[in-house]
Formats: sequence, structure tokens, C-alpha cells
Amino acid sequence: MKPIKSNLFNMIASMLIIAVGSAWAIGYVYQKTAAPIAEAKKLKTQTAISEVIGTFDNDPLAEKTAISGEDVELYPAREDGEITSVAVKASSNEGFGGKIELIMGILMDGTVSGYKIIEQNETPGLGTKVTEPKFSGQFVGLNAHDDNFDLKKDGGEIDAVTGATISSRAVVNAMKKAVSAYNKFAGAVRHE
Amino acid sequence: MNKSWENFSRGFIRENPVLVMMLGMCPTLGVTTSLENGMGMGLATMFVLIMSNIVISLVKNFIPAMVRIPCYIVMIASFVTIINLLMSAYLPQLHEKLGIYIPLIVVNCIILGRAEAFASKNNIWQSFLDAVGMGGGFTLALSLLGGLREILGAGSLMCWHFIAEDGYPVLLFIMPPGAFLALAFLIIVFNKISGAGK
Repeated sequence: MKPIKSNLFNMIASMLIIAVGSAWAIGYVYQKTAAPIAEAKKLKTQTAISEVIGTFDNDPLAEKTAISGEDVELYPAREDGEITSVAVKASSNEGFGGKIELIMGILMDGTVSGYKIIEQNETPGLGTKVTEPKFSGQFVGLNAHDDNFDLKKDGGEIDAVTGATISSRAVVNAMKKAVSAYNKFAGAVRHE
Repeated sequence: MNKSWENFSRGFIRENPVLVMMLGMCPTLGVTTSLENGMGMGLATMFVLIMSNIVISLVKNFIPAMVRIPCYIVMIASFVTIINLLMSAYLPQLHEKLGIYIPLIVVNCIILGRAEAFASKNNIWQSFLDAVGMGGGFTLALSLLGGLREILGAGSLMCWHFIAEDGYPVLLFIMPPGAFLALAFLIIVFNKISGAGK
């Protein structure tokens, strides 16, 4: 069979059919995958929360709260109705590759129980080292009330990742936002 | 048989898309910071290449020659979007690692190049073999480059660590300039083996 001729009708018709067919295929796949994608995102937040805070028996995702004036989300974790710790989701746009978003777990006495980066676009193999235990382990055990969350270069107590000061600083900045929101939250809880 | 073997094997060494034809340099230099990333990118590209070669060789007679490029690119872009959606739904971890480079498969010239140079002139079976060969060659090159850069720049390969946690690998090889150096080195070795440049 010979290829069809390049006359006006054939050109318009073939392009139209391809465009409509492609749009239909993408729409179909989008509908089919919308639920699993949302599910995967929720699961990611959920696993991150349970990784950074200790035991809890409520659903922190359902109790999501915010603090006015702070760009963070707080997920209180309860045991027998008492708030034992809180997971704080904060972000910084000052990363080397844009936004860095993390979840930080803080016990109600101010001790950092862990943190996990859930979104980053840092240089693979270099900036991405902020997600590894060598860097992230430094924060565990620090106290949100009186420790200084800054890089050593900036007068704090955190060692930056070699060759990735910008990424490290962005993480620290997101963390400082989380800590300040936490302090307000903890103050409000104590008042109750 | 001979022709099929020829079409299949050509992409690996003799006409390797990266190391001989110098196509698709953006993902080649961009993602190959580790073996895993290189291989993941190679396989994703190979998948798109196979799909686009099959479909384009199927519909080649219904596409007027004057508008073939826009038609091909719309089809390729659709495949990539679909793969992007499927990956973020069912392989979220790998999707996160490869991030921006998945949408960039659309503009990878290997795919449009093979559609134009091969799939639009050959039958489905030969186009499939060509896609597997070229995709395989691309994956091979990206894996070699990723492995080389990971060993030199991070001191590890997949889960094996060659140097201690606080050692100093050649960080340069993880960074963009290192990609060019490592690629040049691979091309030297490749030309030596294949006897080109004599």
C-alpha cells in the first residue's frame, strides 16, 4: 500500500485523528491513575510521619492543623488522647534545585525524634546526601527550645554536607520554620 | 534472519546512539550520576522507543509526508505522558529519582530520529528489533557512564561501598563537568575497541 497523498484534506484529517486519539488515551490513563497517584502521595506522608515520630494510636493525618502566619502543617500524634509528639511538615524554596519539603518529628518536651525529606530536586549524588543518615542523624536529640538549628558556618552546630552547603542550608531553614511553628503549637497546647 | 540480526545488533556497538552517533546527550550527561539512575533512564527511554517505533511503523501509510514530524511528536509526547503518569502511580520511588528527565524523553532525538530514519520506512517487526537494539545500546551506554561516575565520584556501586563513609571520593565526577570527562573517556575506549578513528 502506498502512503496517502499530502493534500490539504488528508493532512488536516490525519493530524486531527492523531490529536483526538492521543488526547483520549492520555485522558483515559489520567483517570485510571489519579486515584493511585493520590494514594501514593498520602502513603508517603503517612510513612514519613510514622518514621519520624514514636508510637501513636490516632490518625495524625486526620488531625492536621496549621498555625496562622506560619507556612507549615502540623500533625499531632496522640497516645490515650494525650498529645505525645507532633510531626511538622515544612518547606524551603532555597534549595539548589528549588523546593525542599520535609517532615520533622518533635516530642512534646522539645526533643527532635527524626526528620525525613519528602520532596527535593537536589543534584543527584551531591545535594541528595542531605537525605542520608550521616547528615540527618545530627538533628536527632536536639532540643527545639534551646538548641541552635544552624550550620556551623553560620554559627550553629550542624555540619553541612561537603560540597552541598546550599542544600544543607535550605534543609536547616525549613527546619527552623518547623521548630518555630512547633514552639507556638506547644505553647498553645500547654495553655489548654 | 540476517537482516533482522543486523537491525537488532546495530544499536549496541557499531551505531551506538550515545557513543557513536552522539544523540540524546541531555539525559546522558544529566542523569548518569549513578548506575541505578542511568539504567532506569535507559530502560524508560527504551520503552518509549519500542512503543513509538511500533505505532509509527503501523500508521506510516496514513500519515501524509508533509506533516509527519508534528504527527510523530504528538504521538511520542502522548506515550511519554502516559508513562509518566503510570510511573508516578505504580513506581513512585523510581519516578522521584528520575524526576524531570522523564518528560524530557519527548525531546530525546534518538526517538524522533529512529521514527524518521527507520520506523517510517520499515515493517513492524524490523522496527521493533531496531527499537530494542537502539534502546539497548542507549541503556548500555548510560549504565556504563553511570557506573563509572558512581565508582569514581561516590566510591560506591549500587549497594557496595568501596570507601569508608568519611572518605573522599573524586566529587568532580558526580558534578556536571565530570559527566563530560567520563563520557569522553568512554568514547576513547569505545573507538579503540571498534577500531574507528584510524
